[in-house]
Amino acid sequence: MTTAHREPYGAEGAPYALPPRTAARERARSAPYFFLLPATVLFVLFFALPIGYAIWLSLHKVQVKGLGLGSGARTEIWAGLENYTDALTDSELLDGALRVLGYGALVIPVMLGLALLFALMLDTDKVRLAPVTRLATFLPYAIPGVVAALLWGFLYLPDVSPFYFVLDKLGMPQPNLLDGGPLYLALSNIAVWGGTGFNMIVIYTSLRAIPAEVYEAAKLDGASPLQIALRIKIPMVAPSLILTFFFSIIATLQVFSEPTTLKPLTNSVSTTWSPLMKVYRDAFGAGDIHAAAAEAVIIALVTLVLSFGFLRAANSRTKQGEAR
Amino acid sequence: MPDTKHSRLRRWGATTVAAVLGATTLAACGSEDAKDSQAESGPASLTYWTWAPGMDKVVDLWNKGPGKEQQITVTVKKQASGDTLVTKILTAHKAHKAPDLVQAEYQTLPTLVSNDALADISGDVDGAKSKFADGVWQQTTLGSDAVYAIPQDIGPMMFYYREDLFKKYGLTVPTTWEQFAETARALKKKAPDKALTTFSANDSGLFAGLAQQAGAKWWTTSGDKWKVGIDDAATRKVADFWGGLVKEGVIDNQPMYQPAWNKALNTGKQIAWVSAVWAPGTLTTAAPDTKGKWAMAPLPQWSDSDDVTGSWGGSSTAVTTDSKHRAAAAKFAAWLNTDPKAVAAMAKEGGIYPASTSAQLSDAFTQPPAFFSNQPDFYTKASQIAKTTAPSAWGPNVNVAYTSFNDAFGAAAKNKSDFGAALTRMQDTTVADLKKQGFGVAQ
Repeated sequence: MTTAHREPYGAEGAPYALPPRTAARERARSAPYFFLLPATVLFVLFFALPIGYAIWLSLHKVQVKGLGLGSGARTEIWAGLENYTDALTDSELLDGALRVLGYGALVIPVMLGLALLFALMLDTDKVRLAPVTRLATFLPYAIPGVVAALLWGFLYLPDVSPFYFVLDKLGMPQPNLLDGGPLYLALSNIAVWGGTGFNMIVIYTSLRAIPAEVYEAAKLDGASPLQIALRIKIPMVAPSLILTFFFSIIATLQVFSEPTTLKPLTNSVSTTWSPLMKVYRDAFGAGDIHAAAAEAVIIALVTLVLSFGFLRAANSRTKQGEAR
Repeated sequence: MPDTKHSRLRRWGATTVAAVLGATTLAACGSEDAKDSQAESGPASLTYWTWAPGMDKVVDLWNKGPGKEQQITVTVKKQASGDTLVTKILTAHKAHKAPDLVQAEYQTLPTLVSNDALADISGDVDGAKSKFADGVWQQTTLGSDAVYAIPQDIGPMMFYYREDLFKKYGLTVPTTWEQFAETARALKKKAPDKALTTFSANDSGLFAGLAQQAGAKWWTTSGDKWKVGIDDAATRKVADFWGGLVKEGVIDNQPMYQPAWNKALNTGKQIAWVSAVWAPGTLTTAAPDTKGKWAMAPLPQWSDSDDVTGSWGGSSTAVTTDSKHRAAAAKFAAWLNTDPKAVAAMAKEGGIYPASTSAQLSDAFTQPPAFFSNQPDFYTKASQIAKTTAPSAWGPNVNVAYTSFNDAFGAAAKNKSDFGAALTRMQDTTVADLKKQGFGVAQ
């Protein structure tokens, strides 16, 4: 704003020129900073400070002497990168990350595929009851994650699930969904059920923003509805697809409530099933807030790198496409 | 930035939010300070963190009676139970804002003491010691001259079984663990879709109690070093025993406290439960249809000549180092857990089984629990069993050992694999954690 700034009332010294630099003008110059202040204060208080504190915690540890009983037996000392090396060499954290990757590889393609499919179907001319269908698809998103996980957890338990009752009556095989490979399906199913509606709305909204002339032109050229969907709609909503993919990556890396809620139901979910569960266990189960802080920082960094890496890759591809 | 109406509105919004936030923070600080200074001068006003149901009614008795005379007012702040409360206390203690009184499970006392969160109240509770069994009292002293808490309730372990179904399948109540295994096998033979019980890896307290019965001492001290005995011979015996039963398939391996377990108990798919004195409460909600069909017996023994049990659960009342009225708080803690009226009220309102020996035979315990109306001598038997409780040995990182148990034994139960290996993992994790924190560790 200050560069290439032009005086609005012509040259200085003219009879109608602005008054000379006075306190009032100085105040006017500081006005932007004044207006910035609330946002800056909020940012520092509720964002920068907590992050800084987490980093500070992650660089310290508690040192106990002897039996550790009585006062003064515990001191907080500088640990350097010890908590980080411990976390990175901890096989549980790595295993958790791998489990979450496997889970994400199931959830993201299925959820976004379904969301795109539903959005395209809703966007066709012949669809009936569009508002009702839209609401029905979106509704699971309104159910809190913990409630959804509890609900599905009960449905997965052979002894109480109506599904298993029906399977039993029909004499069909009854897979154990809370163990081994099927456990990933069971967990993914909860995420897909809950997340598809939200992603569908995002994609659908951007579909509605495409001007009708584009479709008219395509129809005049003899394109079928399927061709319109594949050649026009999908490329034009690519930015929303990228956005939903970006959100989904973050949500996957931070998966916590579904496995935590299913944990009491089965021996197959350990207290360190996902990286975030390990952070929670170390902080609130083992009481080692310093190790937990280091793990949290690592997870945040990995999330940042992965999600922004993806955004960059997606952007450069889009730019290439435009240049062509 | 273009000076539109919208952006001006937004800035205004941010300023207002900031102003309101600032004002509330200030207001909060103001009232907090006022309360503190008031407490320091005049009569004592204490806060008490507890999860026991109905505790507010018991505290009312104090506030209207002895508390009124001595000008000591106690306010109950209801908490979630168990491990999360320890974290909460430690966090509050870090800010020197822990409440005056806290409820703490016995196994968490060393952790709390090691964080310097609990005050030594040995000078203020004369005569309390004689009201409790030695094994119970010893848990609150950590083997020193100090007293860190007053015992509140205990959980002596017992064997619960479906009397009707035992009769139906011609089973006898096992008095040794060997017979217990035989009973499990006999039931599997007669009714393959049923199981005597389950080995659950989601409550470490059960396994700790069973090991305690076998004579295990998980944490002991020598000089200024801790010795961890989680993989000692006694515990190994217990682990191998249960691991063998799971591998054989004669007992179930699914966790407790979940819908499938409730259903198994309610429909008689599982016909026994190794539990503690508080089991009637749990069974009332988990298996409501089986009221009057259960019976309680002493825990099976490792040899015929033994008469010993472990404990599962139980808690104490402790005074924190942040309390400005330690003597007053200690007075209340002693009253709460030794005064006949207070203990009777706790039993009635909260359904707890008191640690105080005389209270176990008080009027509140002449009738059996409603769920066990078929066993009139329930509490007489319970108090006899309570006397046989083996001493316990807790250390400063029980929480770490417990979560390690959940994971290691959870996986072993699921795969029906070697419980001994899981025990080794539990021992190693616990020792490694002690060393990492800098505790002296003896090999």
